[in-house]
Amino acid sequence: MDNDEKKSKTPLLDELEKGPWPSFVTEIKKTNNETCQDLLGQLELSYEERKGHWKHGGLVGVMGYGGGVIGRYSDVPEKFPKVAHFHTLRVNHPSGWFYTSQALRTLCDIWERHGSGLTNMHGSTGDIVFLGTKTDELEPTFKELTEAGFDLGGSGSCVRTPSCCVGEARCEWACYDTMKLCNDLTQAYQDELHRPPFPYKFKFKCAGCPNDCVASIARADLSVIGTWKDQIQQDDAAVTEYAAAGLDIQKDVCERCPTRCMAWDGKKLTIDNGECVRCMHCINVMPKALRPGKEKGATILIGSKAPIVQGALLSSVLVPFVPAAELLDTLKELVSRVWEFWDEYGKNRERVGELIQRVGMANFLDAIGLDPDPAMISAPRDNPYIFFQKKEGE
Amino acid sequence: MTAPAKRITDIGPPHYEKFLPPIIKRNYGQWKYHESLAPGVLCHVSETGDKLYSVRAASPRLLSIKTIRYFADLADKYCDGYLRFTSRNNVEFLLDDPGKIELLKQELRDAGYPVGGTNNAISNIVHTQGWVHCHSSATDASGIVKSVMDALCDHFTQQNLPAKLRIAVACCLNMCGAVHCSDIAILGIHRKPPKIKHDVLPKVCEVPTLIASCPTGAIRPKTVDGKQSVEVVEEQCMYCGNCYTVCPAMPLNDPENDGISIWVGGKVSNARTAPKFTKLAIPFLPNNPPRWPEVVDAVVNIVNVYSQGAKKFERVGEWIERIGWPRFFQLTGIEFTRYHIDDFKNAGQTYARSTHIRF
Repeated sequence: MDNDEKKSKTPLLDELEKGPWPSFVTEIKKTNNETCQDLLGQLELSYEERKGHWKHGGLVGVMGYGGGVIGRYSDVPEKFPKVAHFHTLRVNHPSGWFYTSQALRTLCDIWERHGSGLTNMHGSTGDIVFLGTKTDELEPTFKELTEAGFDLGGSGSCVRTPSCCVGEARCEWACYDTMKLCNDLTQAYQDELHRPPFPYKFKFKCAGCPNDCVASIARADLSVIGTWKDQIQQDDAAVTEYAAAGLDIQKDVCERCPTRCMAWDGKKLTIDNGECVRCMHCINVMPKALRPGKEKGATILIGSKAPIVQGALLSSVLVPFVPAAELLDTLKELVSRVWEFWDEYGKNRERVGELIQRVGMANFLDAIGLDPDPAMISAPRDNPYIFFQKKEGE
Repeated sequence: MTAPAKRITDIGPPHYEKFLPPIIKRNYGQWKYHESLAPGVLCHVSETGDKLYSVRAASPRLLSIKTIRYFADLADKYCDGYLRFTSRNNVEFLLDDPGKIELLKQELRDAGYPVGGTNNAISNIVHTQGWVHCHSSATDASGIVKSVMDALCDHFTQQNLPAKLRIAVACCLNMCGAVHCSDIAILGIHRKPPKIKHDVLPKVCEVPTLIASCPTGAIRPKTVDGKQSVEVVEEQCMYCGNCYTVCPAMPLNDPENDGISIWVGGKVSNARTAPKFTKLAIPFLPNNPPRWPEVVDAVVNIVNVYSQGAKKFERVGEWIERIGWPRFFQLTGIEFTRYHIDDFKNAGQTYARSTHIRF
C-alpha cells in the first residue's frame, strides 16, 4: 500500500470525476501541486477505510488575533507529508459575495504563493475559505491579505463573520439595506470578531424579507429579517395580467394565504392588510403586481442554533419591528445588553439561545430591559407553574 | 530595540461598493420586479427601466484557484468583470446585455458548470468539510453531494417541481450549515460510544467541560489506574460525539458503524407556513464510498414521491403535514421504526395526541 505507484492512484475518487455535476475531485486534481496530490492520497485512504484521517483540533493563528484560522494536522503524515499541516484560513467576504475579477485574481495569487490553491467559495457562515497551508505560511498570508484590503473572518467564541442576502443590490423585496447593515456590523465589532470574548460563538445574519435567503432564522444567534408595517403595494392592472396569463388567483394565491385575508372576485383582488402576517407567498407568486409596503424595517429574532447540546433552536421574536433607519443603532444597543448578560450568566460553551431556555425568556427580557409582547410567543404557556414576582404576590 | 513592524489589523472585509457593477450601483434599492427567463436566468427590472440579467451556474463549492480564475475570465468576457456567489454557493454572472446570455450559458455548460438552480428546482447542496478537512466527521460531504447531484442534475437545470427543494449535507450532528432546516437533509451519524483513552485524557482534556458537553448526562468522573479520567454510561450515550469535540481522548469514529441518516420537511422561509425543522425519515444507511448508492436511491425516491404527490407551491414539509406522517412512510416505502419516536426532552409533544388517523 505504501509504494509510490499505489499512492499516486485514486481509483475510488476517480469515480467521482464522472457524471454531470462539477467534480470536487477534478478541482483538487487540476490544482496540480504536491499538497493537492497528498490531499487526494489521504482522501482516497479515507474512502478505502471509511473514516477521516485528521487529528483532533489544532491551535494556530496570527499575532494579535484569537481566531480566524482552523488548525488541522494529518494523522498519517508519514504517508502524506505535504498535508502534515493543512490549516484553513477564514477570509471575511464582502457583503453579498460580490467580487470583481481583479479582486478574485488577487486572492488567487496570494493563495497560490502561500497555500494549497484550494478554496471553499464559501464557508457556510459566509467566509472565503483558504483550504490548506502550513503554520509558517499563516503570517505571510495574513500580511498579503491585509495589504490587499482583506481581513480574516471569525472562529472560536467570538462574533463570527456576519453575512446577508443580496438585498437592495438586486431584489425588489428588500425591506432594508442588508449589505450595508452586514458591513456596518462587521466593522463595528472587529474587536469582538478577532479576539474571542464570549462564552461561545455568536452569529449575525441579515435577511431583507421573510423569504430569508441567508437562512438567518436557523443559522444566526441574532437574526435580522426585513418586513413592513403598512399595506402591501398592489397594482390592480398587473394582477389582471397574471389572471389573464392563466394564474389561478383564487386557488394559487388566496387559498394558499395562511390567514385567508385575501379575496378575489374574478376582477379585483382585495387584501385585508390588518390580518396579513407578511409571509411573502402572494408577493412571491405575483412579483409584478404585489410588493412589500413602504413603511419598511425589520423584525429582530434571537437564539437559533444547531442541536448540540440541548437541542436545535430557531430564532424567536425579540423585537417585532424596528424602522429601517434605526436598525443599526437599535441592534448595537440591544447586543450590548445581550452580551453583558450572556458574559455574566452564560456557562462555558452555552449559546445565547440555550441561556434563554435555561433562565427563561421573561427573565432574559428583564435583564436586557425589554417589555414582554404577545408577538414573542406562538402561544401562552399551557402549564400553571408560574413564578410570581414577590412584589406582586405579597 | 527595533521598532515593531507595521501591522495591519481590524480592517474588516473590503467595502462591497467596490465590487458592484455600475448597473447595480445606479439602481440600488430601486428594483421594481423580476422575472425568470429560463432555468438559471433571472431578469431584474428597475424603476428606471434598467434591466439586469443574472446567470446562475453550479459550483462544487470546493474550488481550485484555477477555476476561480476561469470564472474571473468569464466575468471579464461577458460582464465587465463582475460576478457574485450565492448563499447556496452557486456562482452568478451579472450582465446588462441580454445578447450575451446564451453564449455565456453555452460556455459554462461546455466547461462542466450546469446553468440552473432557480425557482422550483433543486439548487446546490449546502454542505460541510467531511473527510477533506474535519476531524469529527462521520462521513464525507463532497462525495455524497457529488453523487446525489449527479442523480438529480436534471432538477437543477429544470424547474418542474411543485416548489423549490433544498438539500443539505452535514458530516456530523454539529450540523454546520442547514441540515436542521432543509427539505431533505443528509446527516453523518455514529452508532457506537467513544473509546476513552484513559492514559492521555487527564493531560489533554478539561474534565468539567467534558462532563458538561454530554446532552444526556452519560459522562461521569472516574479514577482509572490512580489517574483522573471519566466513564461513559453506555445505555445513556447516543453517540453524538460532542465529548470528542471538547476532548481528543474520546474518539468514536468507527467505519462499520458510522453512516448516514436522512431527514425531511424543514424550511426557513415564512411563505405560507412558519419555518420548520427537519424530521427523521431514515435512521441509518451505510457509508458506501465513493458513490453512496443507498443514500442516492433514498433521496431520489423521496424527491420522486414528493414531486408526484405534492400540490403546487407545497414544500416537502407542507406536503407531509397535509398528508400526515403515516402516509409519508406508506408512499415512500420507508420503514417506520422505534428510532423515529422522539425520546429527548419534551418528546411528548411529537406523539399523536388525537384520534385523527387515516387507515
